[in-house]
Amino acid sequence: MIVNQFLVLAALLFSLGIYGVLVRRNAVLVLLSVELMLTAVNINLVAFGSMLQESVLTGQIFALFVITVAAAEVGIGLAIVVLIFRNRSSSNIDELDLMKW
Amino acid sequence: MQALNTVLAYAEEAAHHLETDPGGFVGVMVDWAWLIPVVPLVLMFAIVFFGKRLPLKGWELAEGSMAFVAIYGVALLIANWIEPFTVEHHVEIARIGVLPGLGDLVIEWGWVVDGLSIMMYTVVGVVGFFVFTYAKGYMEGDVRFTFFFASFTLFAGGMLVLVSSANMMQLIVGWELVGVASYLLIGHWWEDHANNAAAIKAFITNKIADVGLFVGVIIAGITVGSFRFTDVLDAVEAGDSALARVGFWVGLAMFVGAMGKSAQMPFHVWLPDAMAGPTPVSSLMHAATMVTAGVYLLGRMFPFYQAEGFGDDVKLWIILIGGFTLFFTGLLALVQDDIKKVLAYSTLSQLGYMTAAMGAGAYTAGLFHLFTHAFFKGLLFLAAGSVIHGVHSNNMSDMGGLRKSMPTTYWTFLIGSLALAGVFPLAGFWSKDEILASVKADAFGLGSAADLVLVLAILGAFVTAFYMARTVYLTFFGEYKGEGHPHESPRVMTYPLIGLAVLSAVAGWVLIPGVSEGFTHWLEARLHNPLDGPLHFESIDWAVAGIGTLMALLGIAAGTRLWYRDAPTQLERDRFRIPVLYPLLEHKYYFDDVYMNGIVKPTAGPIARATNWSNNVIIDGVVNFFGATARFLSRYVYGWADQRGIDLAINAAAAAAGETGSVVRRVQTGKVQQYAGALFVGAILLVIGFLIFG
Repeated sequence: MIVNQFLVLAALLFSLGIYGVLVRRNAVLVLLSVELMLTAVNINLVAFGSMLQESVLTGQIFALFVITVAAAEVGIGLAIVVLIFRNRSSSNIDELDLMKW
Repeated sequence: MQALNTVLAYAEEAAHHLETDPGGFVGVMVDWAWLIPVVPLVLMFAIVFFGKRLPLKGWELAEGSMAFVAIYGVALLIANWIEPFTVEHHVEIARIGVLPGLGDLVIEWGWVVDGLSIMMYTVVGVVGFFVFTYAKGYMEGDVRFTFFFASFTLFAGGMLVLVSSANMMQLIVGWELVGVASYLLIGHWWEDHANNAAAIKAFITNKIADVGLFVGVIIAGITVGSFRFTDVLDAVEAGDSALARVGFWVGLAMFVGAMGKSAQMPFHVWLPDAMAGPTPVSSLMHAATMVTAGVYLLGRMFPFYQAEGFGDDVKLWIILIGGFTLFFTGLLALVQDDIKKVLAYSTLSQLGYMTAAMGAGAYTAGLFHLFTHAFFKGLLFLAAGSVIHGVHSNNMSDMGGLRKSMPTTYWTFLIGSLALAGVFPLAGFWSKDEILASVKADAFGLGSAADLVLVLAILGAFVTAFYMARTVYLTFFGEYKGEGHPHESPRVMTYPLIGLAVLSAVAGWVLIPGVSEGFTHWLEARLHNPLDGPLHFESIDWAVAGIGTLMALLGIAAGTRLWYRDAPTQLERDRFRIPVLYPLLEHKYYFDDVYMNGIVKPTAGPIARATNWSNNVIIDGVVNFFGATARFLSRYVYGWADQRGIDLAINAAAAAAGETGSVVRRVQTGKVQQYAGALFVGAILLVIGFLIFG
């Protein structure tokens, strides 16, 4: 089995995610980009998992864990964003630079 | 509990089972007999730490320990009476190599359960029980009530360590515990300087005599190679020639130790002054504890003094010192005004009887007198304390006529006095008669010395009755001369008087020659019987008993003749009644003056001056030198090392940290995306690094 196409797709998705995380101003979109990166990782895991399914099943199982953690993370992240928006009427990440000297 | 069992198992293993080893319940009682000295000592600590919080301020613990000892002692006594036994236990505590070539010094804790020690347990326990009861009433309201009972328990506990010891090292431990407790108790009311001085006098006099004991014990222990009494007495029995060579000196040195504790001339000076302590202390000290220690030691070492070629040359010294002490200190009691001092000199005199008996080879008689004396002298002191409690004065010139106001005290004091004077059939009659008969029989073959002491002892019987008659008449007859209205003491004080009075009356009946010989049977079971076969005692010698009783009656008659008729200046008239002797007696044969001017002042003065000089010049010089040096050094250290060295380093470190911080903190922008970017860049750099270098 050839995994190249999956790896290329995952790399593209991951890069897209990094771009989103570093550049987007809206906190919701930053969270979405993080999800994109996690998805890219999941694609890699599943691809290798199916390639090596004769010997190990760790890839698929690990993908399941990642999905679970991602769901939890996005839940907490969105909750934080909602609270911040209520407090400051903005979800612009550049304005949230309170945690500095 | 585990540790306790180990000790017990070890003791079991190491036990010397001599003669007879009782089984069953008695065996258990004997194996646990180490509790007798341990319980009072442990309770002493309990009183020190928790005494004040208890409802009766620690008295209950003290009394409990004495009740325990009394019950245990009487139980052992009965068991020993039914079937004699002798058991000795040793537990090794430490093994120290002191001098090369001498082997190890073995320190042991041991306990002896034989007739002699059981007799002492019983006497200490029973008399102690009565005295502790009485002391609760006597010491009521004292500022240091709890402390008093802690010291008092230590006093009795130390004595029990002493009499239970199976080796001479432990004997010394008990000996010194008794000494230190006596110091605390005599000086109990230390606010008064005289009491303090008396305590110091007792302690130092004892300490000087103790040197004798140490010397004797060390020589004997090193010569024999063991400090156990058994081993030393075994060596005597086997005719050990090394021990025989030093025998005289060991015997003499140990006797000097015994003279100190048992207050024989010329070490007797501390005992009358020890009256400065509270009366219960005097009572216990004179009856069961402390002064009996010397006689006990002579009894324990008796075979040593008896055997040919060992300490037998000391016998002559023992009987002569005993004889002189019994007569001359008895005379001193005639001129005392302080009722307690009369009794104190009387104790000296009775101790002289015991010592003389020991010197005459009358082991049973000496210990029998110790036994009976403990009861009636304890009683006399307690009764005197009851009088003092009612009159608030020690002086007989403030008393008189107390017969009516203090009836219980009067009757018990009278019984005690008659017992002491040796009137049939009270306790003193039997024991004193036994001593007279033994001195006359002269088992040691001392010849004219024994005859001299016999004459002194018979005259002493007269003197004893004479001064006791004087005391009774001056205190209880005639008109009351003190202030206020005397009153009978509370029941907590009179009941012990009654108990001891009963014992003073009947205690002598345990050894009536030909009728009851129980006392001999108790003493018979002991390590190394002093004499071959059953314990020796003289059957009643009617001539001696008759003369002794006649002397006592004569003494009472003479006392009645002189002191029965009341006079306001009784004591002034004593000067004319005892014409030639009076100045000599008044100054106590100048013993105290000789000691003060001959020993204390010539040594204390220069020592004080030398100490003062060395304090002012040497010690102060050294201290000042160190002070000045330290001052100089500290100034230098402060100026240079501290201000310039350490402070500089610390300030530099702080400044460096501050500068670094103010530069580095600019990195912290608070912008999350910058951090994330840095993170990715870092990750990429790491990957590149791994690709290149990995």
